[in-house]
Amino acid sequence: MLTFRLWRGQSGQGQFQDYKTDAGEGMVVLDAVHAIQAEQAPDLACRWNCKAGKCGSCSAEINGQPKLMCMTRIDALPMDKPITVEPMRTFPHIRDLVTDVSWNFEQKKRIKPLKPRKPDAADGTWRMQQEDIDRVQEFRKCIECYLCQDVCHVLRDHHKHEEFIGPRFLVHAAALEMHPLDTEDRVEELKDAFGIGYCNITKCCTKVCPEHITITDNAIIPLKERVVDRFYDPISRLLRVFKS
Amino acid sequence: MSQFPIIDTDVLVIGAGGAGLRAAIEASALGSKVAVITKSLLGKAHTVMAEGGMAAAMGNVDDRDNWRVHFADTMRGGQYLNNWRMAELHAKEAPARVQELEGWGAVFDRTKDGRILQRNFGGHRYPRLAHVGDRTGLELIRTLQDHGVHQGLDVYMEHTVVGLLTDSGRVSGAVAYDRERGRFKVFHCKAIVIATGGLGRAFKISSNSWEYTGDGYALAYDAGAALQDLEFIQFHPTGMVWPPSVKGILVTEGVRGEGGVLKNKDGRRFMFDDIPDNYKNQTAKDEEEGWRYTQGDKTANRPPELLTRDHVARCINREVKAGRGSPHGGVFLDIAWIKDKLPNAGDHIKRKLPSMYHQFKQLANLDITTTPMEVGPTTHYTMGGIRVNGDTQMSTLPGLFAAGEAAAGLHGANRLGGNSLSDLIVFGKRAGEFAANFAKEHGAASIDDRQVDAAAAKALAPFERGSSGENPYAVQRDLQDMMQELVGIVRQESEMRDAQERLKALRVRAEKAGIDGNREYNNGWHTAIDLHNLLTVSEAIAMAAAERKESRGAHFREDYPNKSDEFAAFNFVIQKGATGEMTMQRVPIPEMPAELKQVVEENK
Repeated sequence: MLTFRLWRGQSGQGQFQDYKTDAGEGMVVLDAVHAIQAEQAPDLACRWNCKAGKCGSCSAEINGQPKLMCMTRIDALPMDKPITVEPMRTFPHIRDLVTDVSWNFEQKKRIKPLKPRKPDAADGTWRMQQEDIDRVQEFRKCIECYLCQDVCHVLRDHHKHEEFIGPRFLVHAAALEMHPLDTEDRVEELKDAFGIGYCNITKCCTKVCPEHITITDNAIIPLKERVVDRFYDPISRLLRVFKS
Repeated sequence: MSQFPIIDTDVLVIGAGGAGLRAAIEASALGSKVAVITKSLLGKAHTVMAEGGMAAAMGNVDDRDNWRVHFADTMRGGQYLNNWRMAELHAKEAPARVQELEGWGAVFDRTKDGRILQRNFGGHRYPRLAHVGDRTGLELIRTLQDHGVHQGLDVYMEHTVVGLLTDSGRVSGAVAYDRERGRFKVFHCKAIVIATGGLGRAFKISSNSWEYTGDGYALAYDAGAALQDLEFIQFHPTGMVWPPSVKGILVTEGVRGEGGVLKNKDGRRFMFDDIPDNYKNQTAKDEEEGWRYTQGDKTANRPPELLTRDHVARCINREVKAGRGSPHGGVFLDIAWIKDKLPNAGDHIKRKLPSMYHQFKQLANLDITTTPMEVGPTTHYTMGGIRVNGDTQMSTLPGLFAAGEAAAGLHGANRLGGNSLSDLIVFGKRAGEFAANFAKEHGAASIDDRQVDAAAAKALAPFERGSSGENPYAVQRDLQDMMQELVGIVRQESEMRDAQERLKALRVRAEKAGIDGNREYNNGWHTAIDLHNLLTVSEAIAMAAAERKESRGAHFREDYPNKSDEFAAFNFVIQKGATGEMTMQRVPIPEMPAELKQVVEENK
């Protein structure tokens, strides 16, 4: 018998409650939560969907670490003490293990969509080389679990939700900015509205990404460089003065 | 006036997977006001789990491919029970739908000359599946989601529809509640598109997510629309079998497309032992030819591992039952062996099948680049569904449309891998277009408050019974166990009749399901509401499966192991009778036009 210490409560109020359940071979944390739901606490609130690490719904903090419940094997955790499961703390609490992540959906709307160049061929198709899209495909692996947002101290500790869109949406912006077909420009928003300067590259987001996207090195730093080149490079500043 | 808030819209789309989002985008582009309801968060729908790719005869890899071959492949795979008009439209329109995604931001893998790469898949004569590694579904849904949010769709996330509303023989709206707070809302609309996917959660071993509780079928059925072909449930041949908690999770057919082979415990490639007659002249003679096919040799035929899913699943089942299976009750799927053929095979596998590598490493502690996987059949897809018009996707109930897995017709008795994602975008678009047209041509119908109140009261009943009622999770589990055992991959008359009796008993228990607590994000309550849908579709499956006294496609009867001409001529159509009982009739399949017959002939 293992002890699971689950967060129970509503709208920010709550406490841990202990449940005992068996851990079968190869079980993941979500299996234990389901077993507790089915046998002990039918109204336990838990968000999940595919149970295969592909949809990014069951994000939680397991023993204090941001993880997907469906991909965290119980035998990979210390079993001699209770396993704690609590909701992501960076977003408003709804009930038990479920948080309100709607803020994230609002951020995405603010980022300008793809504006493709004219098709390359008469039949309306484009040509792209695999090596030119490898990086964009890395970013597009994102399952939008928001664990990177959860762990980002700019959001979690400093609550800069108004000023900073967070690592997930910097990755999204990077996927668009580096898309070979894209002709849109998002550099000014990255600097001002999206607050890329708040990121001080502690790489916490990269560490928790279940898809192993190198968020900081491959997405955020190159975008920071674009902002710097545009707005802070002395030569281009000078050129801008002459142009205007 | 209704006691609940009313949301007015032109087109209501229920479901936000590939089909729902594509329908919503289309209706919105045509000027309709569109509301989208989804049980989960936006972008989480079951579409994300599709792995291998979307079939479209673009001919980028093999220029012999065209819509005629794709059409013939789809009809052969479906054993000619398909709605041939849908199969024709699908084959013709899929290339344009895939291409369109690229302009919306999808980033498919590329050929050497920079076009969309296509891969081999079961039952497809030529490499036809546009793909992104083994996460094509995620690419599809993210592309549609990101395109859609900039189009002004109203998305109602984590809402569940509990009833459709009708007025004088057409749809007029729907009643839903938000899962977060449990508050009811009435959607007043001119047309509805059902895009709720399938019903895999009626079975114990399933590759489907929790959302797949057959909601769309049951909503349409209860509102008076007809269902068809529900006896055809696809069991995907390769699901994980170990560890127990992940049993059923999908292992993409792409593994076999990239050269993976199936072996029994004696190391024998048993798929060579049983090749159906209608595929004999398209199947490799030996292992060497099969390998050459997977590597793009146009003179080679496909290995028998890439026969249709129904056949491969039955062969695996046979090996396991004959005691030639793997330690945990499956067979071996080996991609690691290609190291004998390719330099850097390990890296190649990781690049081509990244999610599979990841999934086995993390969940089974197994490295697929060095060790064979253990796999076995898992409930995967519903060929049947809401009966629709092939051109418009409108059901038999005016104003009610269906697309994707929720609709029946395209796949007949068995779906080819890769034809699902293309189904979503081809018929999602069509459903959206014709729903928008319907909304324009017909004014709003009126909402009947009695219908609204009845739907809400039924949804709330589990609270009145409280925890002294039946545990909804227990009823769901018993249903899944029963369906798996009696209505699964190999069927027979007596078991089907037994299942029908047991379903009656489960129905009685479900009607006593009770739940404590309040309405806010109460998973037990949600499960209690799902039971009605799961039971309705299970009843329909068992009824149709008992009556189809032959084996065809995904429907295999031990007591009638052969195909019968009698059953080739019609679809089983199920509808709610005048007194609320389930009725079934045989509806003849219209004759195929001469031109299409010729296409089938020339591709035999």
